[in-house]
Amino acid sequence: MFTIGALGFTTPLLLLGLIVLPILWLLLRAVPPAPIRRRFPGVALLLGLQDDENQADKTPWWLLLLRIFAIAAVIIGFAGPVLNPQDERTGDGPLLIVADGTWADARDWPRRMDRIEALLDDAAQLARPVAFVLLSDPPEGDIQFQAADVLLSRLPSLQPNAWEPTEAVEWAENLTGSFETFWLSDGLERLARSDVLLALEARGSVTVFESPRPIYAIEPARFEDGNITLSVNRDTAGAAEEVTITAHGLDPAGVERQLALATADFEPGGKRADVALTLPPELRNRITRFEIAGLRSAGAVTLTDDALKRREVALIAGRQGREGLELLSPLHFLEQALEPTADLIDGTLEDVLLANPNVIILADVAQVSDLEQEKILEWLDNGGLLLRFAGPRLAASDVSRRQEDPLMPVRLRAGGRSVGGAMSWGEPKALSPFPETSPFFGLNVPDDVTISAQVMAQPDPSLSERVIASLADGTPLVTRKKHGQGTIVLFHVTANAEWSTIPLSGLFVEMLERLAISTRPAVPDAEELAGMVWAPDQMLSAFGEVMDATTLPGVEGETLAERQFSATMPPGLYTGDDRRIAMNVIQADRILNRAEWPSRITVEGLAVLAETVLKGAFLTGAFIVLLIDILASLMVSGRLTGPRATAAVVSLIACLGFAPDAYAQQNADADMLALSATSEVVLAHVVTGNDEIDRVAAAGLLGVSNTLFQRTSIEPARPIAVNLEIDELSFFPFLYWPITTDQPLPSVEAYAKLNRYLRTGGMILFDTRDANTASFGAASPNGRKLQQLAAQLDIPPLEPIPSDHVLTRTFYLLQDFPGRYPGRDVWVEAAPPDAEQIEGMPFRNLNDGVTPVVIGGNDWASAWAIDERGAPLFPVGRGYAGDRQREIAMRFGVNLIMHVLTGNYKSDQVHVPALLDRLGQ
Amino acid sequence: MSQPAHLRQQAEDLASPLPPLLAAAEHLASTVMLGIHGRRRSGMGDEFWQYRPVQPGDELRTIDWRRSARSDAQFVQQKEWQISQSVLMWVDSAASMDFSSDKNLETKGHRARTLALAISVLLLRAGERVGMTASAAPPRSGEIQLMRLAELLSDESTDADYGEPDARGMLPNSRALFISDFMGELAPVEAALTKAADRGVRGTLLQVLDPQEEIFPFDGRTIFESMSGSLRHETLKAGDLRDRYLTRLAERKDQLLHLCQSSGWQFGTHHTGDSAQAALLWLYSAMERI
Repeated sequence: MFTIGALGFTTPLLLLGLIVLPILWLLLRAVPPAPIRRRFPGVALLLGLQDDENQADKTPWWLLLLRIFAIAAVIIGFAGPVLNPQDERTGDGPLLIVADGTWADARDWPRRMDRIEALLDDAAQLARPVAFVLLSDPPEGDIQFQAADVLLSRLPSLQPNAWEPTEAVEWAENLTGSFETFWLSDGLERLARSDVLLALEARGSVTVFESPRPIYAIEPARFEDGNITLSVNRDTAGAAEEVTITAHGLDPAGVERQLALATADFEPGGKRADVALTLPPELRNRITRFEIAGLRSAGAVTLTDDALKRREVALIAGRQGREGLELLSPLHFLEQALEPTADLIDGTLEDVLLANPNVIILADVAQVSDLEQEKILEWLDNGGLLLRFAGPRLAASDVSRRQEDPLMPVRLRAGGRSVGGAMSWGEPKALSPFPETSPFFGLNVPDDVTISAQVMAQPDPSLSERVIASLADGTPLVTRKKHGQGTIVLFHVTANAEWSTIPLSGLFVEMLERLAISTRPAVPDAEELAGMVWAPDQMLSAFGEVMDATTLPGVEGETLAERQFSATMPPGLYTGDDRRIAMNVIQADRILNRAEWPSRITVEGLAVLAETVLKGAFLTGAFIVLLIDILASLMVSGRLTGPRATAAVVSLIACLGFAPDAYAQQNADADMLALSATSEVVLAHVVTGNDEIDRVAAAGLLGVSNTLFQRTSIEPARPIAVNLEIDELSFFPFLYWPITTDQPLPSVEAYAKLNRYLRTGGMILFDTRDANTASFGAASPNGRKLQQLAAQLDIPPLEPIPSDHVLTRTFYLLQDFPGRYPGRDVWVEAAPPDAEQIEGMPFRNLNDGVTPVVIGGNDWASAWAIDERGAPLFPVGRGYAGDRQREIAMRFGVNLIMHVLTGNYKSDQVHVPALLDRLGQ
Repeated sequence: MSQPAHLRQQAEDLASPLPPLLAAAEHLASTVMLGIHGRRRSGMGDEFWQYRPVQPGDELRTIDWRRSARSDAQFVQQKEWQISQSVLMWVDSAASMDFSSDKNLETKGHRARTLALAISVLLLRAGERVGMTASAAPPRSGEIQLMRLAELLSDESTDADYGEPDARGMLPNSRALFISDFMGELAPVEAALTKAADRGVRGTLLQVLDPQEEIFPFDGRTIFESMSGSLRHETLKAGDLRDRYLTRLAERKDQLLHLCQSSGWQFGTHHTGDSAQAALLWLYSAMERI
């Protein structure tokens, strides 16, 4: 085979055809394109004109070049071009193929297998005996050289291990005989690597195969400053790069899915990238592992354990009679103690049970309802921890008096006792040291911790085993009992400093910690692990897959502490007594380095170059060039005109694919609206689709805005027209909605938006604009339209404005509300039925929300409407009476906007004297 | 094929373009408002022209007594001279006129005939006498003449590539209208104009061109042929000829204009792509102007 670089030819003789190309060039140049015949009366004027000599009768050079290319491609294509023609490897004698077989191999494993397969093929051709060894799992004893075919058949079952080689040096040094070695390295620097290399070189020549692709590894997640911090390492300090990290866990339905996403940025030249992930506690506690997205390797996966989890603690206190006494609050010290290490949940007992917290703390709560008790017991069965504190309320109640309450660890004696107070003989009691069976065992008891009051446990046969802390005189201080998988713990003192000084001391925090209420420090040290057998729960494969490992035997804590992974102790999740430990492949602060080989060693790439036959590609190229030639020829001979040219241009443009970005435009519009609507107070009207009505509405709102600006401290900007379908409504405190018979009904989404608007404090003024011809109801076309429009709106019961409604006095004192037409009723939300007038008071006490709708037909916009110079647009009434009516209409507008913006402020009875004064009563 | 049937078919073929042509011409003519067609001097006519004092030799009955009674002198009322004029038309019917560059455009010949007939309608309505040069249609007035003209215009067609204006049968001091593309030899045009000028005939040349003839939108190797195929010109790069062709066309127009100016004629160019009405208006005013 004839080769040029990476290109070979099966029939190179055909390439001689390329010599013809220059001849072809001359030939093609000589032949002009075929002429077109045209009838043209103007030919008489053309007679005698000569063609320009420079533009001779020859095909243009670029067209020639195109054709030459096409023909050259055809010739080369038939000459049978082949990319990367394979040549054979030579050598004899036994061959040892060594692979590291670690997690770092896993990413390129298929390519390594291809490489090994190619090596085995070569060996089979040369009839060399071959042996194959994974350094991470070296065979016992001597290596067995076999025929390459035998190994080939075993190849598909070969899998890398998730751990790195540990016993490779001993194995290599015990080798005997002489052989050649091919070493497929994973590319990471290791201490043992040079020793193994030396041992192998003692047996024969060594060739190394290595992939240049960088290796990434993720360190265990750390919890820092309320964030999860993740670090990604790479083995080469290359260019700036982004690595995506995904967090996986079970969703509430129990299905594993991706829960969060973070991006770590490598600095140029940096080998380590950190990223902090802020997640809500519910989400954070669900995370079981982090992965570098798109990498199949155990090093790209880190499992999480209890260290990352923060316990959710629900705090519930008895009803507090007084506000503001922070230090006396039963929960104050608990909150202070738990806040740094746990997530606190507030709420009623029923609500917090829905959140399924790890711990519920009841501080001085005596009685819970039967339903709540049932739910708590169910929650306890599933492993909850109920922590109760005593207090005056519990002491005074009958809970757990005669028989043991299910939610109490012991029975209580009535009343409790007070020691060391003004009316008692004794001194405040101190704590006795914690017994060995107590979870508090080993905690230091400070001298200044004293107890001055407590609830007393009823002596009972089971009492002694339930006591986990007691006073110096032997009375129980903390008692505990199991319920299902859960635990109930009772502190016989209060959670504040009233009965004891425990909450003031550091002991309080330590006790809570021991009760597994707050989180333990992150990484367990060898001492903590020692003496226990840890059962593997989940294990990681080299490819980063999490697999069930419950069939594996337990591992001694001491072994676990060494972190030397092997087949009997794979990386994964280990469970102990009450906690889980993640043993990850990559430990914190692991630094990855690229392996450096001595210069005497040949290092080859992994890539197995497959032969690629290029014949088809060349012929296709020739065909495409010829197609282009057709277009070009048409153009040159002047035939690419009219519809053909249009079609060509259209198809070109279609290929390039220009599409106007309408979506971005729409977004920008929405942003503009939000900015203009929120930077100042803005009145708005609903676009009805009738231009005239919309114009009047805008002019009317402009009139009200001007009046407000002049007379009050409300200084609105220019009114805005709002399209219910497109625009966000929540920016506007007030919407004016004139009713026309021909406006379309809003869509379902628009209705949802409107209802949300009405519920969250917006106000709509509906104006049927027909008070001159009709009264309220469905008597007029506009009234019927209003009924249609409002059918799907969340509108409360209505009543005509009562004379003591707050709208009558929010700014001006008004009793009628004319617009362009006087007189018709204006309807607002009805007062609650229980509102009664107190004798001597002019108003009922109507301290409820702002009415969400005001409905009338007085055509207020027309009365308010002004033009740009401030002159009214429409006549109202006649003469002086008309001016007065317009003024009252304006005042109604002012009152309305005041009502919208200040709510029930003027409904407060505080204003009664001033109002009475003004009313002259 | 029986003789009568054949005859009738031929007759129908002949007659078929007539009404549409006439209708199109009438339609076109209806858009022009007729003005007062006076000679701007005293003479025979219906319209009042001026009063002049009586001169010796005036008959007594010519005195306008009503006017004379208002002063001491006697006046004679003169009318404006209204006289019908003879207009002779020549419409090129050569093969070159049979060209249209686009199937949506009418041919130059059709446009020329329509314009000729339309101006005839207008002239006949104004009482003028209209005829064709060198043919069996001497100038006459009346509706019948319109039918005759229509018939002649639809009928005429010659095989020659380019038409030559025929100045035969021109009455002295009459008017003339030549419509053609004037793409052929210029000498016959010159001869005809000279002959007409000798007889005191003045008139209008209207050059009707196809838009393609005006812009020459060709490219590449092309063989151009005249409509009958007698003339041909081959080029390898038609695009390069464009400028030179356009120069020649402009020259041709210049020559025609010069010719007209020296003999007191009017010259105009019309493209079939433009509205026929504009051409008719121009023609009408040009005929008025002479």
